Amino acid sequence: MIPGTFDYHRPDSVEAAVALLAEHGDEARAIAGGHSLIPMMKLRMAEVQHLVDLQGITDLKGIKVDGGTVTIGAMATQHELIASEALAQAAPIIREAALQIADPQVRYVGTIGGNVANGDPGNDMPGLMQCLDATYVLVGPEGKRDVQARDFYEAAYFTARSDDELLVSIRFTAPKGGYAYEKQKRKIGDYATAAAAVLIAKDGGTCSSASIAMTNLSDTPVWCEAAAEALVGTSLDKAAVDAAVAAMTGAIDPQEDNRGPVDFKKHVAGVVLRRAIERAASRA
Amino acid sequence: MGKMHIKVTVNGKQHELLAEPRELLIHVLREELGITGPHIGCETSHCGACTVDMDGKSVKSCTVFAAQANGANITTIEGLGNPDGLHVLQQMFKEHHGLQCGFCTPGMITRAYRFLQENPDPTEEEVRFGMAGNLCRCTGYQNIVKAILAAAAEMNAAKEAAQ
Repeated sequence: MIPGTFDYHRPDSVEAAVALLAEHGDEARAIAGGHSLIPMMKLRMAEVQHLVDLQGITDLKGIKVDGGTVTIGAMATQHELIASEALAQAAPIIREAALQIADPQVRYVGTIGGNVANGDPGNDMPGLMQCLDATYVLVGPEGKRDVQARDFYEAAYFTARSDDELLVSIRFTAPKGGYAYEKQKRKIGDYATAAAAVLIAKDGGTCSSASIAMTNLSDTPVWCEAAAEALVGTSLDKAAVDAAVAAMTGAIDPQEDNRGPVDFKKHVAGVVLRRAIERAASRA
Repeated sequence: MGKMHIKVTVNGKQHELLAEPRELLIHVLREELGITGPHIGCETSHCGACTVDMDGKSVKSCTVFAAQANGANITTIEGLGNPDGLHVLQQMFKEHHGLQCGFCTPGMITRAYRFLQENPDPTEEEVRFGMAGNLCRCTGYQNIVKAILAAAAEMNAAKEAAQ
């Protein structure tokens, strides 16, 4: 399995990378870890004439926790997300999710930027970023702009990023309270049959705020405000959790594939969401 | 684009070669450099038989372009030990029957090497999780896990003896 020929570029700055993307238009693709793109190129399902390798751009690296604000460079790898103690303090849900992505070899090279920008509904980080209400920073020929993760995904592989823009970093406010990332998969390394990202804050015995996002149950991640609202103001009793699961089930739109029929996926979505709510509540 | 100049250090030796950017690292290693320890199993980034150590990370060399590896420092199974001086991991795989057909073994040992660098005293569960990117169709993994735990104990004992 050998991909078609391409020209290889290794720019050393964001500006140089954006200039290459602008010059070559839809013939160019940025490559981070490459573990989504290279398999597609080997299958010749992705035709790339100009490959713009981001590995030489120092500005895209690093994880910064500054007060309550977390900024993660697009080229931070899953391995680095897991290893960062500062990030584990500020947003432990990221480590919990990253440990469930792929396998060790893939996590050494797979990046958060590639994971969120590719627009693959199977990727775990987009739903998690919606749960955290993260902001994506994009740089294009016209300059820099912010797009909320909750506004970024349009359809499978279609996002608010245009061909000549580069996702450079991700920023969010460190969440308070309990958290859980629960993922059901057929085997280690697989994409989710269903996954749930849940944040819950409590005031005394009452849920004071919640955020819920689901992965691989529609052609985009599903941030479900109604499911979170079903929890707020309750003691997270069975009736509240049932209502949240019902709201979530109404918001997802899974398709039948080799991970199972639609009814099964809806069932698994309910199971993972219940587990995630329970774990997040126990940590809140 | 034609061929490009690529410089890589493999097992401590510098190589300069011409390769098309689209060539995969595993093909460069096996076909251009004659380093045939890393194997091509699935060629779809699942099985881990092609695992090499690149700049301190375990990577699947079927999913790295030659161009991306330009400037990298690579270690393959050949760089860990040889028949006259086996690496402790190779010795333990032999003693604990950590292989049958042997096809996955170079990838297993190269991955286990990096894993033990990062976690020198792992639990059995940590070994299983750390080796999750390498598939073996013969052993059922039991003896691979045993071999890696035994190698960790050997390496730690040697470290203590040296202190």
